[in-house]
Amino acid sequence: MINGLLPELEVVRKDFPILERTLAGGLPLVYLDSANTSQKPQCVIDAMVDHLEHHNANIARAMHQLGAESTEAFEAARDKVAAFLGAPSRDEVIFTKNATEALNLVANTLAWPGPYQVGPGDEVVITEMEHHSNIVPWQLLTERTGATLRWFGLTDDGHLDLTGIDDLLTERTKVVALTWVSNMLGTINPIAEITRRAHEVGAIVVVDASQAAPQLPIDLAAMPAEERPDVLVFTGHKVLGPTGIGVLWGRADLLGDLPPFHGGGEMIETVTMGGSTYAPIPHKFEAGTPPIVEAVGLGAAVDYLGHLGLDKVRDHEHAITGYALDGLATVPGLRVLGPLDAAERGGAISFELDGVHPHDIAQVLDSKGVAVRAGHHCAKPAHARFGAQSSTRMSSYLYTTPEEIDALVDALEYTRSYFKLD
Amino acid sequence: MDLDALYQDIILDHYKNPHHAGLREPYEAEVHHVNPTCGDEVTLRVHVADGVIADVSYDALGCSISQASASVLADLVIGKPVDEAMAIYQDFLTLMQGKGQVEPDEDVLEDGIAFAGVAKFPARVKCALLSWMAWKDATTQSLEAQHG
Repeated sequence: MINGLLPELEVVRKDFPILERTLAGGLPLVYLDSANTSQKPQCVIDAMVDHLEHHNANIARAMHQLGAESTEAFEAARDKVAAFLGAPSRDEVIFTKNATEALNLVANTLAWPGPYQVGPGDEVVITEMEHHSNIVPWQLLTERTGATLRWFGLTDDGHLDLTGIDDLLTERTKVVALTWVSNMLGTINPIAEITRRAHEVGAIVVVDASQAAPQLPIDLAAMPAEERPDVLVFTGHKVLGPTGIGVLWGRADLLGDLPPFHGGGEMIETVTMGGSTYAPIPHKFEAGTPPIVEAVGLGAAVDYLGHLGLDKVRDHEHAITGYALDGLATVPGLRVLGPLDAAERGGAISFELDGVHPHDIAQVLDSKGVAVRAGHHCAKPAHARFGAQSSTRMSSYLYTTPEEIDALVDALEYTRSYFKLD
Repeated sequence: MDLDALYQDIILDHYKNPHHAGLREPYEAEVHHVNPTCGDEVTLRVHVADGVIADVSYDALGCSISQASASVLADLVIGKPVDEAMAIYQDFLTLMQGKGQVEPDEDVLEDGIAFAGVAKFPARVKCALLSWMAWKDATTQSLEAQHG
């Protein structure tokens, strides 16, 4: 028995109907692709179906009972997300399409005149381990504004190389954007320390919590102000919620000072042919009909996580990750990319296997019912840093069992024999 | 799921010992194609002389299917008149897009018939076609360079 697993794991698994299904040949599903997207508990599915069956209407504009119910459900979801993040204010929670849109919202609005405008001579700092969604928007911003993009490199063991931090973070730095947990290396970054250093030079800090939100307790209000990021984003579908909805949390005065992103209905105060004024946050950044039922689903998802307890989810991920690292270490020719200590990382483990390409590994694993991801995981620079063109990634979540890790290791042994590597 | 339908021995043999691999002179056109979804890439050169595909040389990074496909491609088209090579390309394309319903002609496709099973795996069709698309692109450019 491994310490730290979720209590009553088998009962928790029953909440996820998809885990009951079988694959071709009657094989059980071993789903180890949760960093890609998580599976959904019945309560999320039910909440969405119930909304569509009984409460469906557009929000904030329909003057009827259904409209009131739908608006209430949508805004209740905002409250739930605010509680999930420990947000100082619920109005700081903006619903977006996904984390990518949230990051683009910030990078885009920083290009326009205002107290935070990025221009020539300014610098934006990212890291070499970012997902493409936290690289490309900043490339676009700096290319369009004449600013300079710089980045933290990585150490050989998959951590941020902070040795040059004093050179990197200067009075020219306007924005520091980084991931909390790497989607490829798994590394957990020292967000508090970097935020403090960035704030010392007057930069705002944008944190991509897409991989952190599913597995680490987040309490923004409890963070000392100097260590609290200014913006934090995550996506709904990795925290047991549906696709099509993401979250941007931002410090209220920052969001108030940023210009609007999308123009349209709902984000205005008044519109004349001569010009418009804008609604206060959060609606200022929610133009058009939002993903209403998706927000309801996300609300149910973060509620569910809250009931389980994020500290217990973290402990479970830690225990499974440690068990997986031990299991993978027994496979000849296998090299894990990123930290080898479970305490320093999240539940996504990317690896290479000598003599077999990641696609072929994923294909053979799939034939055994084991679902993983193969490719560059939208982190090509991080792969290039470690001399890898692509990798295979297993990623666990709160429903993952040690037996599923055993199935992965067995399937990797089978892959080696299938490709005649012994 | 029938793995052996996908990974025929012919494919694994070409993967382990690719034919005509490496980049060579002379050539009229060099192209670099990538599969953006997975990152597989190939750099491929074509040399056309007197209306014949005189050489295809390549440097490929990728899975067994994409590597073996480059090897089989080079085997099939080197030494063939351009028209005949283009017809082979068309046959291979038809096979790969046939969802497993197309019966390949071994006289035309030779080792290429081993890819018939790949057509049943939609996610892998692009792997098999990567070098063929690169070859068609390079050959077209090569002909344009000669006539231009």
